[in-house]
Parts: sequence; structure tokens; C-alpha cells
Amino acid sequence: MKSKNHPLLGIHSLLVMIFIYLPIAFIIAYSFNSSRLAADWSGFTFEWYVSLFNNRRVMEALSNTLIIALVSTVVSTLLGTIAAIAIRKVGRKSRAGIGGLLYLPIIIPDIIMGLSLLVLFTQFHIPPGKFTIIIAHITFSISYVYVIVTTRLTGMKGQLEEAAQDLGADAWQTFRYVTLPQIMPGIISGAIIAFTMSLDDFMVSFFVSGPSSTTLPIYIYGQVKRGISPEINALCTILIVVSVTLIFLAQFALNRGKGQKKQSVLPF
Amino acid sequence: MIELSGVEKHFAGQVVVHPLSLTIKEGEFLTLLGPSGCGKTTILRMIAGFEHPSKGKILLDGADLTSLPPNRRDLNLVFQHYALFPHMTVEDNIAFGLKMKKLPAKEQQERIQEAVAMTQLTPLVKRYPHQLSGGQQQRVAIARAIANKPKVLLLDEPLGALDLQLRKNLQSELKHLQRSLGITFVYVTHDQEEAMMLSDRIVIMNSGKVEQIGTPREIYAAPTTLFSATFVGENNIFSQDGRLFAVRPEKLKAVRTEDGAKRIGEVLDVLYLGSIHKLIVQLEDEPMTVSIVFDFTDERPWQVGERVGVNWNAEDEVVIGS
Repeated sequence: MKSKNHPLLGIHSLLVMIFIYLPIAFIIAYSFNSSRLAADWSGFTFEWYVSLFNNRRVMEALSNTLIIALVSTVVSTLLGTIAAIAIRKVGRKSRAGIGGLLYLPIIIPDIIMGLSLLVLFTQFHIPPGKFTIIIAHITFSISYVYVIVTTRLTGMKGQLEEAAQDLGADAWQTFRYVTLPQIMPGIISGAIIAFTMSLDDFMVSFFVSGPSSTTLPIYIYGQVKRGISPEINALCTILIVVSVTLIFLAQFALNRGKGQKKQSVLPF
Repeated sequence: MIELSGVEKHFAGQVVVHPLSLTIKEGEFLTLLGPSGCGKTTILRMIAGFEHPSKGKILLDGADLTSLPPNRRDLNLVFQHYALFPHMTVEDNIAFGLKMKKLPAKEQQERIQEAVAMTQLTPLVKRYPHQLSGGQQQRVAIARAIANKPKVLLLDEPLGALDLQLRKNLQSELKHLQRSLGITFVYVTHDQEEAMMLSDRIVIMNSGKVEQIGTPREIYAAPTTLFSATFVGENNIFSQDGRLFAVRPEKLKAVRTEDGAKRIGEVLDVLYLGSIHKLIVQLEDEPMTVSIVFDFTDERPWQVGERVGVNWNAEDEVVIGS
């Protein structure tokens, strides 16, 4: 933006930024506040971060969160990628239909996803726990991976696979040496998004979690009911930093190998 | 070398290529020429193995390859948009086919050296495709194909995406390359000038049908159909007593009206094109214009609006079948 713009435009942008980021800025700022009370600022401290790491329940929630995120990421990345590759072989009309169905979990409200999964697990007498959360996270993560890998596949320069075949590569070699390296940035980016989604998810996890499978977002929710402590602020700050870093990494991965052309990681 | 016998292609009930039989000789530069959508690329893709003929057979060196997948055919295709692997260097792009064939490393190196030398790419082997210009990318595509020493090289409008000057340079390079390699080239283009310049034989195609097969000279001097008469070079088509004949603009003469001309008309435009100049004449009795080309020796100053007689020698009439 050059200075030629109307001055009100700059003020407007600033207000929007404040509107979006002020609450987050407060959380981050107060996570370093040495006073237990949110109302007053009494000095800078890392105390709350240290006490977080000594809190057994926080560490347990962290380990649950990481296990769930890792397993659901691996499985959904595999399934989403396979779906994106397979759907190309389908006729155009059914492709639109199946593609839409694969896309749908992104649009379906979380509360409905959570509720429907809870009903399903109850029907099949599957006890709520880490396993059910993992299944739930896989269901919505597949969609993100599918969409991102599909974007990369359709963006793949035409005829590369035909060129490989023409040069003597069989179906596997074509995939291994041409298709896979071409869509790898999409797969990595999809995996990072899936990991972030799992890490942050509260709504769906809340419905399908059990007593021994508290994740960080659920733990935070439980704590907040008793008032916001500075530890929670510290925990939120860590989550924000990790999520933002991961999203940046995903963006970086997707743009790699594309030359000068930049493309958003989030096509929806 | 390549034999197409009764090859046909239908897409969704529509005939894209009408039954076609054609023998392409060893070492020949054969061009499939026609407007877009005439089926020329489909024929090339059937030879390469990316499309299956609905009927008919394709033989290479006497062996039937109709049912072989593309990776098991001893021929290579140069794609219109190059289709270079963006994640590989020039060298690795060229090595790809050799690796798939599991050639010994030493021979791979030799073949790569030979291919890059022939296409003048030697200083660029470590670069990635996006670091190359369009013309250089095209060279890599050709080098990648010829490194495999295929029996036949198929080229799908390989110069289509390049600007005019570069096209001209690469055309002569291609012709030179084909002569020195001595392999059969099957070339697809919609550019009639390019086809005339490069080919030993041209197959003129129109809406899935072959219009004419012949050497550039035959096609220019003796077109057999209305389509080939007008598609290759400029032509004037006259009809007289229910028959059609064509006379090339350079065979027409502009004369004064009283000198017993075959047609009378009015000069619509005079175009100076450097070495030649050209009259566009609106005929009086027929709703058509003809063009007459003079060489630089003709100095007569024709004026727009002037009445002019159009004449030609009877032996320059080329009768066009139906």
C-alpha cells in the first residue's frame, strides 16, 4: 500500500487489526504478568510457564494432545492423499460428487460433527477415550489434506506423468519419481494443517473424550470455569505460537518448488 | 517403419479420426498438418500409446504395438508444452528415460553428453527448467527424447509456444538434427509454412479426414482437394462450367481490360510487401476477390479503383476434384 491512499483507510485497517488481535495480545501479555490478578500489571515473569511444566495434569493433557495429533495426522494424511490421487481416475461427474462429499466435513459445524460421532460411538459401544478422539480428528483432517493435495495435483503442470510414461516409466515409477515429488509440498502442508487442526480442536474432542483422555483445549476449558489463571494464559500463548508457526511452515512448504508463483495454503 | 492400418478413433460416439492407413518410411520427416481439432494430435497420441485406436492397428518395424502401453514403445514424444520435470535439473531430466531403461551409468553419461552437445545445452546441464527460457526448455525436451535413441521421434507442435524469431531458428535446427540423427520424425503442426519447410511428406488433415498426402512440392503445385488448395499457401479458386480450378496468385497476370482478359475486375487494394507486391481485385461477374502477386520487377503503378483484366495460362489451372 502506498501513501496515496485515503488516510481513513489506514485508520480503518488499524481498527480492524486491533479488533482481531487485541484479545490475543492480552492473553500473551498477561501470561508474563507476575500478579495473579488479571486486573493489574505488577511486573514481568516466566513463573507461570515454569509452573505449567511442573503441573502433572497439564503434562498429561499435553501428552494426550500430542499422541492424538500425531496419530490422526499420519492416518489422515495417508488417506487424504490417496483419496486425492484416486479421485482423478473417476469420471468428471462422479468426481464433483465425491469431491464435494470429501470437502463437506470442513463446512459441517463442529458441534454437529461432534454430536454425530458421539451418537455413532455410543451405537457401537465404543468407550470414549483417545481412540475415539483420534477417529474423530481423522474424519475432519482427511478433508483438509484432500483439499490441499488436490490443489497441488491440479496445479501440476500438464503431461508430466505422460512424459514419464513416454520415457519408459511404469505406473509405480511414474508415481514414485514424478507425481509424488510434485505433490510432496502439498502433502507436507496438508499434514501440518491436519496436525494444527487436531491440536486446536475443542468442540469435536469435547463430545467424544473420556475421563482419561483430556486434551489441552479441554483442560483449558475446564480450568476457565474456575476463573482465568495466569497458567492458562501461558498455555494459550504456547498454543498460539505453535499453531502460527505450523501454519507458516505449511504455507512455506506449499510454495516451495513453485517458482515465483505464490498460492494460499487455504483454498477455502 | 510405422504403419497405420485402418486406424480409427471415436470419442463419445463422435468420429475424431476417420479410417486412416499410412506408411511412414524410415528416416522420413512426415508432418501431420491441419487446423486445430482436425485429429492430428489424436493420431500422434495413438502412435505414442496415450490413446487407443477404436479400430485398426499400429505397427512399428513390423511389430504390432496397438496394445502396448506407452512405456513399452520404442518411440518418444516431444510434448507441446515440454512437460519437463520441474524438480529435476536438465541433466536429470535427460537421464530419466535412461534410468528407467536401467542403462549402465557410464553409457547414461555418454548419452547425456551426446544429447546436450547436439542441442547446445552443455553449459546449462545443472540448471532447473524454471531457470531456462522457452527455447532452452524446448531444447531440453528434445534432448530428453533423443537421448533414448528412439526409432521414431514424435513431435506435437513443439514450437507452438515460442515467438516467431525463435521458431525460425529452431525450425532449421530441427531439420538439421533430423538429418544428422537419421531417425524418423512424425511432426504435428497447424503452421503450413513450417510444414512446407521441414517435411519430406505432408499429410493434410481436415475434420478427422486425410485431404491429401504428398511432398511439399506436390501439395503446393497439385492440390487435389479444395481444402488443401486453400490451406497451404494462398490460392484463387475459380469455377467454370461446373468444375473448380485453382490458380496461384503468382500465376495470375494483371492486364489492361481491352487485351482480352479471362476475368475483369476492379483493384480493391495494392499491398507492398517488400520483395513482392500484391493486388487484391474484386471481380465484376462473380462475388469474389482474387489476389495477384508480382515480383519486384513489375513497376506498373496500379491504382485503387482502376479496372483491371485478370489473365492466366491454361496450364496453370489446377483442377480440384469435386
